[in-house]
Amino acid sequence: MTIHADHSAPETAVEDQAADVRTKFGISVEDYMLPARHQIQMVNPDGTLRPHDEQGTEPGHEYPTPSDAELMAAYEQLVVGRRVNDQNSALVRQGRMAVYPSSHGQEACQVAAAMCLSEGDWLFPTYRDAVAVMTRGVDPVEVMTIFRGDWHGGYDPKEHNVGIQCTPLTTQLLHAVGVAHAAKLRGENTVVMAMCGDGATSEGDFHEALNFAAVFHLPVIFFVQNNKYAISVPLSHQSVAPSLAHKAVGYGMAGERVDGNDLVALLAVMDRAVKLAREGSGPLLIEAHTYRMQAHTNADDATRYRPDSEVAEWQAKDPLTRMKSYLADKGLLDDAASNRIAEHAEAVATQLREGLGEEVPVQPLDLFKYVFAKPTPQLKEQSDMLAGELAREESAK
Amino acid sequence: MTVTTTAAGTANVSAATANAAASAAATAEATGPQSLTMAKALNTAMADAMRADSSVLVFGEDVGMLGGVFRITDGLMAEFGEQRCFDTPLAESGIVGMAVGMAINGMRPVIEMQFDAFAYPAFEQIVSHVAKMHNRTKGKLKMPMVIRVPYAGGIGGVEHHCDSSESYYAHTAGLKVYTPATVADGYRMLREAIDSDDPVMFMEPKKLYWSKDQVDLGALRAEHDAGTSTEGRAAVARPGTDATLIAYGPSVPTALAAAAAAAEEGRSLEVIDVRTLVPFDDETVCASVRKTGRAVVIAEAHGFASVSSEIVARVQERAFHYLAAPILRVTGFDVPFPSPKLEHYYLPSVDRILDAVDDLQWED
Repeated sequence: MTIHADHSAPETAVEDQAADVRTKFGISVEDYMLPARHQIQMVNPDGTLRPHDEQGTEPGHEYPTPSDAELMAAYEQLVVGRRVNDQNSALVRQGRMAVYPSSHGQEACQVAAAMCLSEGDWLFPTYRDAVAVMTRGVDPVEVMTIFRGDWHGGYDPKEHNVGIQCTPLTTQLLHAVGVAHAAKLRGENTVVMAMCGDGATSEGDFHEALNFAAVFHLPVIFFVQNNKYAISVPLSHQSVAPSLAHKAVGYGMAGERVDGNDLVALLAVMDRAVKLAREGSGPLLIEAHTYRMQAHTNADDATRYRPDSEVAEWQAKDPLTRMKSYLADKGLLDDAASNRIAEHAEAVATQLREGLGEEVPVQPLDLFKYVFAKPTPQLKEQSDMLAGELAREESAK
Repeated sequence: MTVTTTAAGTANVSAATANAAASAAATAEATGPQSLTMAKALNTAMADAMRADSSVLVFGEDVGMLGGVFRITDGLMAEFGEQRCFDTPLAESGIVGMAVGMAINGMRPVIEMQFDAFAYPAFEQIVSHVAKMHNRTKGKLKMPMVIRVPYAGGIGGVEHHCDSSESYYAHTAGLKVYTPATVADGYRMLREAIDSDDPVMFMEPKKLYWSKDQVDLGALRAEHDAGTSTEGRAAVARPGTDATLIAYGPSVPTALAAAAAAAEEGRSLEVIDVRTLVPFDDETVCASVRKTGRAVVIAEAHGFASVSSEIVARVQERAFHYLAAPILRVTGFDVPFPSPKLEHYYLPSVDRILDAVDDLQWED
């Protein structure tokens, strides 16, 4: 292993960035770091393409439209994600899954966060980001066993460079920073996607992660899905900043707002962010405006804190129907393609249902097996005790 | 493995740290017994580990240019460059959280929490991730990291600088907790902690940083290279026959002083240095108590719900029929660590230990 990356002194970094921004975009570093005046939005809720001058772009905040192939591939993942979300909610209602924090309504964010990355990159998801984890290529059954209650994690993070879905809010952002830092020290060109929600921006680790990433000039993209609620608490109780994306400038990084239900805009913004980060821009903060259509989990009752009218309003902005009519209008999505995609989604759902339906017997002695890499005598004693209990139970049968 | 230390990396390292690096190199070359402080032993352990493995990184607050507020990382930035020994923003959760990510991605971070009580902002990262990552991923992700914590009192420190926080960590499943009491163990145990694929809370008794001893670094290195382990192995710091004093970290020298004083009064006390709180060496501790039949546990931390209460519970569970008297404890009172002028009332003292020994029902 060769460690050769250098930590440039912060003052130099800021000066370089200012000069860079002036040369590249012809704007001040503040105008570059502050989000564009309006969120980036390329497709209207009815699926029509917005005129270019109404997409929210500005000098330094311009986004090339994704290719047709990328849009179609992303749409397919969107359909799969929606099918899986809805099936999982049903499995919870049937008592076949313990819990499932659904990202119904946020699937465009999920898909874009995973699809903008390359193979060697890393993704750090939260508990609500199962669809992003799947989109990254992790086996859906392995993703979901955590929600069936088998173990606290079901997949090997190293197989697809995906951190374990993190429950303690925002703590994973720092892990993302560490992964990026280690990669940079080895001279690897790794971009790390760090996902969190709007509520998480109130946590101290949000501040520490953004600051560390900026100070060490690391290629981390902080992707905030602003779905308007932290369980029941609305965004207005979390922050009175002009937007969450505005927080970026305070750390010396660029921020942007994007319509989180517009898959085209999301892909455009995220692809560019990954490109900039890989070229050495340092970290970026992207806030996606979206909506959690369902309750926090099955244990939550969303009718207690938000009106049906608000939910209906967001229903009209659904990412899936919007993308479907956009692609159909564009002549990319005909009935045959639609059917093929629906079949794919159904196949994943079936695979998942069958996989989760299989009764995998739990291994009680696993309780002790993985606590330490080098086991302790105390855990050996406790493991022997449980083994004895199990043996007695067995012989009493 | 190749480590490229670029000229740019060392350019703005001060003369002081460069001198420290030169002195470290001199220490490294010396053979045979030499007088060394625990601070130097810890410093040498890190330097040796960094030389041996380029994935070993040292970072934290003030550990770079300054060499740490206790100078334990002195000279490391000069020798290994700013890539491998560096200062971070002042944020403990950030330091530990970033170390978790680095451990995920192939590094072996050795991080410093400046003082015991300043590690608390990192508690969530330590308890929820450092301790659980290996278990949660069924060993797919290892956490080979060392969190160094200067801890405990006896230095006249102001508030928040003298906590004995080891019980929080020892109580957390998934963490190993080491605490050296001698100069040689400082070297041995830190090398082993850095080598470990498990996360180690490395509790450094700050009042012992400047304690000196004759140690042979060459022999210690040979011991390390031979794979000798101290994990889960308590040491008999002083053999004796009448009662056992069980101590760790900062309390070991106090226990030894008490044993020396007791010897003058004709009582032979055995002193056990626990060394690693997790895993705990039931065997050595209980063997001693079975032999002597009497025991006093000594610790600076508050006694209630602590490592000292755990030790008492474990020993009586395993050696009850050998006991001639209940096991007693000499611990800190259950009060916040006192101000400098009051700390000597709080800390376990030789007299308090001897009083406890006197109370071990000798007349029965």
